Amino acid sequence: MLKILKYSFYDLMRSRWSYVYFVFYLLLGFVLLFLNNDVSKAVITLMNLIIVLVPLIATIFGVMYYYNSKEFTELLLAQPIKRTSIFLGQYLGVAGSLSLSLILGLGIPFFLYGLLRSNAIWDFSLLLVTGTFLTLIFAALAFNIALSNDNKIKGFGYAVLLWLFLAVIYDGLFLMSLIVFEEYPLDNFSLVATMLNPVDLSRTLILLKLDISALLGYTGAVFKKFFGTNFGFILSVFVLILWTIIPIWRLLLKSRRKDF
Amino acid sequence: MTKILPFLLVLIGLHAHGKTIEVCKSCPVNSLKEGVATAMDYDTLLIQKGTYKEYNIVVDKPLTLLGKNYPIIDGEDQGEIITITSDDVTVDGLFIINVGTSYTSDYAAIRVVKSANFLIQNVVLEKLFFGIYLEKAKDGKVYHNKIIGDAVEEFNSGNGIQLWYCNNIEVSRNIVQHVRDGIYLEFSDNVLIENNISTNNVRYGLHFMFSNNDIYQGNTFENNGAGVAVMFSKQIKMYHNTFKKNWGTASFGMLLKEINDAEIANNIFEENTVGISIEGSNRIEYRQNDFVSNGWAIKVRGACYGNSFSENNFLYNSFDVSYNSKLNDNTFDGNFWSDYTGYDLDKNGIGDVPYRPVKLFSYIVNRTPETIVLLRSLFMDIIDFSEKVSPVFTPDNLMDNAPKMKKI
Repeated sequence: MLKILKYSFYDLMRSRWSYVYFVFYLLLGFVLLFLNNDVSKAVITLMNLIIVLVPLIATIFGVMYYYNSKEFTELLLAQPIKRTSIFLGQYLGVAGSLSLSLILGLGIPFFLYGLLRSNAIWDFSLLLVTGTFLTLIFAALAFNIALSNDNKIKGFGYAVLLWLFLAVIYDGLFLMSLIVFEEYPLDNFSLVATMLNPVDLSRTLILLKLDISALLGYTGAVFKKFFGTNFGFILSVFVLILWTIIPIWRLLLKSRRKDF
Repeated sequence: MTKILPFLLVLIGLHAHGKTIEVCKSCPVNSLKEGVATAMDYDTLLIQKGTYKEYNIVVDKPLTLLGKNYPIIDGEDQGEIITITSDDVTVDGLFIINVGTSYTSDYAAIRVVKSANFLIQNVVLEKLFFGIYLEKAKDGKVYHNKIIGDAVEEFNSGNGIQLWYCNNIEVSRNIVQHVRDGIYLEFSDNVLIENNISTNNVRYGLHFMFSNNDIYQGNTFENNGAGVAVMFSKQIKMYHNTFKKNWGTASFGMLLKEINDAEIANNIFEENTVGISIEGSNRIEYRQNDFVSNGWAIKVRGACYGNSFSENNFLYNSFDVSYNSKLNDNTFDGNFWSDYTGYDLDKNGIGDVPYRPVKLFSYIVNRTPETIVLLRSLFMDIIDFSEKVSPVFTPDNLMDNAPKMKKI
């Protein structure tokens, strides 16, 4: 598995897209810091971008990589290698290189602008951790989609739809249901609904660590407990880990049964 | 100051006639009570450094209680310490500790009852229940005192400076911390509250009830349990105050309830959950205030008519203005909004497109508070944008027709 991981990783590291992605974040980091000149404000702006862009890129990249390396995968399958190690290796290669681009791309400008001396370092590290989690989750979801669909166009379609659904449509439906059922106590429902979407979950996780969480606690006792204490933070991290494990587990299950 | 000056001069004039009685542990007069008993009208009690374990000291004649090097008056939690029932009393330079706590009577460190022309200054109060309690008093001054309480709960703590049925009082340059309400006014008119610092109090930094024609200016209210509450009062003027860091789930910078004809100018509201929460308040003029980094800068709860907001700075608030109805009778004119995205083609410093301070999201949050979990989500930005283009839900006449391009 490690050999395949290494191969995929180096393959991607050599590819142009990894660099584009890396340079994009590098520029974004520098421009944001140049315009804001305040590390903690830049972190908030960055959060808005990361929770939308990272899932999109991870999904598209994951699907693209799977379809592109399909012939090579089939070649590997003919060798006496365990299937799980082939797919897990490829998956970790993609997710790893994307995460590395993200961390380095954003880390370098912030580091140069004196992040270590600023007290925003925890917010920033949380941002990077969340970004990495989102990459892992969405790359895994993308691999799942690609494995289930041999038709490239269909696969791409589903992948983009998945992103659109989780990033935009889900919140719309969520909002509608909150308004329709406004007569009922909604505290627990809205927290559960947040947990069910990794994009919302990451947003909440970052908001929790910012001062703004007091705004959320304004609403009622359940929110106050969730957003005002460490309970919410720990629960969010736990669910985020679940969100990472479940798609990977399904990916392995699927790959074992798949007929090529 | 000019109102108080004449009577100060009178006091000084009278002092010339009075004599000075020294109070110390080894003197013939070794307690405050004895001192008050032996003194004649307009005498001065010079209290030397030391600890005096006394309470229920009733000052019933015009005297000056002057402490030298902060003598300690320890009430040993027994009850009230100094009660002033006479006119023309001055208390200066005492250190009063351990006021008794009671659930049936409001024990104070210094209580002024139905007196005029008093002056309480340079007093330090610690471990108190109520601090300085003015009851039906008038024409007095509370100047440069330091009140440091140890309040934890609302029900068993008292207020720092309390005015009840008072008239023409000046409260200035006091520091009040860790009590229930820093400064509390009830039925008190013509009061000037100036340059006080009221911080870390359990409930309100300043609490106003049924008090008219008062001015408060240059005060700082920081990190109080709920901020400042101004209720059921008329003709209040608030200038150059700072309301800061009242940041908690149920906090606000200032709460206005049933306030009419007030003037609120040049104040700073910074990092409060709600900058100003307004309810049933009419004809208030808000000028040149700065609202910086609040959750909600202004939250209008309804029944607010004829208010005008002009030349204020709204900087980086999560929500600038929140309304709970579609009806609007308040005007916004010539403010600076950091969220404004319009342009200024004729370069006159005024944006060419009106600004709508009420976002759709803030309308939705008002209706269904739980939707706040969607704060900063992409979907919300999209619908906010579409509402901005064509308003459907938010009051369509609620807008700033002349938003400034630069910070005022």
